[in-house]
Amino acid sequence: MTDSKYFTTTKKGEIFELKAELNSDKKEKKKEAVKKVIASMTVGKDVSALFPDVVNCMQTDNLELKKLVYLYLMNYAKSQPDMAIMAVNTFVKDCEDLNPLIRALAVRTMGCIRVDKITEYLCEPLRKCLKDEDPYVRKTAAVCVAKLHDINAQLVEDQGFLDTLKDLISDSNPMVVANAVAALSEIAESHPNSNLLDLNPQTINKLLTALNECTEWGQIFILDCLASYLPRDDRESQSICERVTPRLSHANSAVVLSAVKVLMKFMEMLPKDLDYYGTLLKKLAPPLVTLLSAEPELQYVALRNINLIVQKRPEILKHEMKVFFVKYNDPIYVKLEKLDIMIRLASQANIAQVLAELKEYATEVDVDFVRKAVRAIGRCAIKVEQSAERCVSTLLDLIQTKVNYVVQEAIVVIKDIFRKYPNKYESVIATLCENLDSLDEPEARAAMIWIVGEYAERIDNADELLESFLEGFHDESTQVQLQLLTAIVKLFLKKPTETQELVQQVLSLATQDSDNPDLRDRGYIYWRLLSTDPVAAKEVVLAEKPLISEETDLIEPTLLEELICHIGTLASVYHKPPSAFVEGSRGVQHKRLPPRAGSGESTESPDVGQSGPSEAPPAVIPSQGDLLGDLLNLDLAPPTATVPSVQPSMQMGAMDLLGGGLDSLMGAGLGAAPAAMPASLGSAPAVGGGLGDLFDLGGGVGMPTGSYVAPKTVWLLAMKAKGLEISGTFARRGGIIQMDLSLTNKAMSVMTDFAIQFNRNSFGLAPAGPLQVLTPLSPNQTIDVSLPLSTSGPVMKMEPLNNLQQMQKYRKEGFLFSSLLEA
Amino acid sequence: AWSMSASAVFVLDLKGKVLICRNYKGDVDMSEIDHFFTLLVQQEEEGLLCPVMSHGNVHFLWIKHSNLYLVATTNKNSNASLVYAFLYKLVEVFTEYFKELEEESIQDNFVVVYELLDELMDFGFPQTTDSKILQEYITQQGNKLEVAKTKVPTTVTNAVSWRSEGIRYKKNEVFIDVIESINVLVNANGSVMSSDIVGSIKLKTMLSGMPELRLGLNDRMLFALTGRDKGKAVTMEDVKFHQCVRLSRFESDRTISFIPPDGESELMSYRINTHVKPLIWIESVIEKFSHSRVEIMVKAKGQFKKQSVANNVEIRVPVPSDADSPKFKTSTGHAKYVPEKNLVVWSIKSFPGGKEFLMRAHFGLPSVENHEMEGRPPITVKFEIPYFTVSGIQVRYMKIIEKSGYQALPWVRYITQSGGERRFA
Repeated sequence: MTDSKYFTTTKKGEIFELKAELNSDKKEKKKEAVKKVIASMTVGKDVSALFPDVVNCMQTDNLELKKLVYLYLMNYAKSQPDMAIMAVNTFVKDCEDLNPLIRALAVRTMGCIRVDKITEYLCEPLRKCLKDEDPYVRKTAAVCVAKLHDINAQLVEDQGFLDTLKDLISDSNPMVVANAVAALSEIAESHPNSNLLDLNPQTINKLLTALNECTEWGQIFILDCLASYLPRDDRESQSICERVTPRLSHANSAVVLSAVKVLMKFMEMLPKDLDYYGTLLKKLAPPLVTLLSAEPELQYVALRNINLIVQKRPEILKHEMKVFFVKYNDPIYVKLEKLDIMIRLASQANIAQVLAELKEYATEVDVDFVRKAVRAIGRCAIKVEQSAERCVSTLLDLIQTKVNYVVQEAIVVIKDIFRKYPNKYESVIATLCENLDSLDEPEARAAMIWIVGEYAERIDNADELLESFLEGFHDESTQVQLQLLTAIVKLFLKKPTETQELVQQVLSLATQDSDNPDLRDRGYIYWRLLSTDPVAAKEVVLAEKPLISEETDLIEPTLLEELICHIGTLASVYHKPPSAFVEGSRGVQHKRLPPRAGSGESTESPDVGQSGPSEAPPAVIPSQGDLLGDLLNLDLAPPTATVPSVQPSMQMGAMDLLGGGLDSLMGAGLGAAPAAMPASLGSAPAVGGGLGDLFDLGGGVGMPTGSYVAPKTVWLLAMKAKGLEISGTFARRGGIIQMDLSLTNKAMSVMTDFAIQFNRNSFGLAPAGPLQVLTPLSPNQTIDVSLPLSTSGPVMKMEPLNNLQQMQKYRKEGFLFSSLLEA
Repeated sequence: AWSMSASAVFVLDLKGKVLICRNYKGDVDMSEIDHFFTLLVQQEEEGLLCPVMSHGNVHFLWIKHSNLYLVATTNKNSNASLVYAFLYKLVEVFTEYFKELEEESIQDNFVVVYELLDELMDFGFPQTTDSKILQEYITQQGNKLEVAKTKVPTTVTNAVSWRSEGIRYKKNEVFIDVIESINVLVNANGSVMSSDIVGSIKLKTMLSGMPELRLGLNDRMLFALTGRDKGKAVTMEDVKFHQCVRLSRFESDRTISFIPPDGESELMSYRINTHVKPLIWIESVIEKFSHSRVEIMVKAKGQFKKQSVANNVEIRVPVPSDADSPKFKTSTGHAKYVPEKNLVVWSIKSFPGGKEFLMRAHFGLPSVENHEMEGRPPITVKFEIPYFTVSGIQVRYMKIIEKSGYQALPWVRYITQSGGERRFA
């Protein structure tokens, strides 16, 4: 007989009937009735009206019945708080039962009844259960403390349960220790500053001992807790690593990943010349590879984490390229991640194999995978210079397949290859042009147009080609329109005689017939530029572009460090800091790796002992870390507003950042250029945005300690900024870095519309909010403003708001203004 | 932000209807699950299915098993690998309880399912998940057991949480299966792209009391440590052990020592990186004459010792989805067309080493061409070779010590399986 029969009753008056059955004298009938109630509850019917009747069944010596009643209570107590009190007596009684199973059941259920009114009645039973002789009851009670804390934190503290919980870390039973650790960690999360866990070498030793004896899940609780500990020195770090490495041989993938997290974190403290450091590196590779034999979802988590690990410590997996080759039956999310890692591991040594694989993938059927494979070939060309030629010829082969989306992807990446290796592969342009008609995706059309514009002097019929796009100008996407505008202007500057009509046509389309402010603005700028100073126009529009680098897809170093501390968690899967997707975690301390070995910093004070900028971080563009996403594309990329989450919170490392790093920070061209312009040039905020880039600051301000505030120095001379003089300094107040500015109007007219934008900088320093300058600044007036900064940079929204797109666009056309202003 | 795992766990049917659920933490509204199926359908349509999905600040971590979705919700930075490992553990436990885990078995056993959900996880922390131990105090015949009889087995909280005391067998035996799968990826031009051996040592333990076992393998690292070198040794790239094996002991001196779980279990698995050739080498010629026919020729060669025999060989050859009227000719075994999978399955009961066999297939193609893009799935080969491991791994001894001092017999079996794929030109 199965339970499914309980689902069948749907008659009218069902509740009434059940009520009668629940109050029956017959035990068996009662139990059947409760089962029917639970069945109804399971299919989503509201049976809360039966609350008193079900609770009446609570006092029973039938365990199964008791469990069902408890289940009912957990579901409905919240909606019937007054009646829930009825249950209290039974809980108290059950917590004293002779059978530990009943005691544990009562204490477990008690905590799940989230009714404030009854919590205080539960304290005494809980106190007893925490000291129960049976470990099964104690481990359940330990978890109950976390539950109660979630409902009423103050009560838990007042009752001294936290201390009892801490004592349980020294319990003789490993399961109790593990659950106490889990409960404490959970509670500590909502008290980021409490020293609840109070990890010291003695407790760490206890945890490491319990690690060998508790269940696989308990091992994960303990490992995750260990990961939040900061060892005193490299010797302690090594000794913990030695005791954690055996976990790498555990059959449970989650245990392995949590162990990897601890090791990746603590090995930061080991001197690289230590033999043990090398041994540890070698030990990490095999378990990471084995994770790829786990279930697909676990593989996915593993791959997302491996993606971080190969960025942090490329040496670990550099010989393991082949294990990332895609299998036919891999789910698509596994295939895409493998592909990503393959490119990260691509090097001169393995590039031939990688390319052969990628070419194979490019002929598969899954469109997304194929696209990514084609892009990957482009990435290889940019990453491994020696392979560029082979990559280009592979891409040409693929173009010959005439498979539409393959051709389009190939053209998009070839444009990037041109950007990386100018004047090398332009011979393929003719082949590309043959495919012009088949391009129907904006990105591919825009790429092709860019190519035609950029190499207009080598393409005989460039004007015809571009003109052909112009016919349907208004049906094109913004990306294509912008690109077409720029390309035609380029063409005009290169071949002015034949293309005057064309350029006028496009300028008028862009400025007069378009509702798109981006397009209009760019159109006007070109127009003015061309009409006022063609020489400057040439310098600006045909300026040499910076080469794109393979580093564009790397995760920004501080974010990477933080993510390494979150290995195995959702943050490591999303490649986003927890503060970006967990509510209420703002202001919570960001996890940082321990100070690097040999960084010369004291490790005695873990609170401030963050790593100094001993190694210059590579110049990176922290776009969303998606390797195969759009390459840095100065001309036409739509603004990626996906800067790794805006967190107006401060990192603990702020002090160091100011203390040790500011000199280099400023010297490296922080370019924090506040700028303002009168609204004279048609579009004031845009100009402001452009200026942000223009003024590379010269003056560096050193600041030895966090509390000392250097006097303001002049950062921007009035003569360079149409009368606006800016002086400033950096200060740290209440853990927040602030930029103090004095803005002086040395011009003749009123200044309004102040805005600020930071250039990318290696510390991710960016304004944490808009620049608040409320009043217009009259001539000879000075105002002081203080701008809080965050390290969540590098691109921030501007005020006045307009939109981000606008700002970015102008920012990209930065030099345009510099020419204008100089002129 | 440190948080263990799931706020709640749901079991859904294929239409997204909740069959059963358990709210563990109460910090995520249970009605959020309504968004899960919508998201799933949306992602499926876009072809971008992902095991993690989010709606607002709620994240769904899910797996699919037969006609069910198992979904965990969270609004914290949960340990994702723990959540998936737990969801798979749920499948394992339910399967051991109900034989099959599917919609019907959830409905038929909802009382036990609730009990298990209550016991397996508490406030988002996974607890006891060993189904053998769980079965000692959570039974499907709950109604027959009165309270007094049901006690928590001390095993639950013991350091040895996988084996109960008081187990008795008349005859004490342990059966050891060494099973190796080789995974070889062969490129269209016949070169081996990647190959590895994944081995597994499975136990069927029928031993009384609390026996201490020690397994000796011809492990190269062990030989190096002990200084002995007795013939062929095997280098294991990575090893994974069951909960019962003392990992620190293995780490320090490569000794595999443990108190085994009762009955069947996987003691360990290992990965070996040596370069191996496919044991059955496949060559194929596929000629497609548009609008008329496809002709397929497959040659299979046993590249293993003449004394060995591969059993139950299955060679799966993909064919176009619009192929019809199959005709086959084989030099041994028989070929069968499986239209729902677009495959020809060529089965050979016994395939001696060194031998070579041929299969020819002929299919008609419709005159109207199928324009749908089709993948190019590889040819796959399945087989079993008994009494043989590719790696040469050997069980050198299994020492069994129990305080009662009984004599116990270990039995060892070796078998090699395949898992290779061969790409088309």
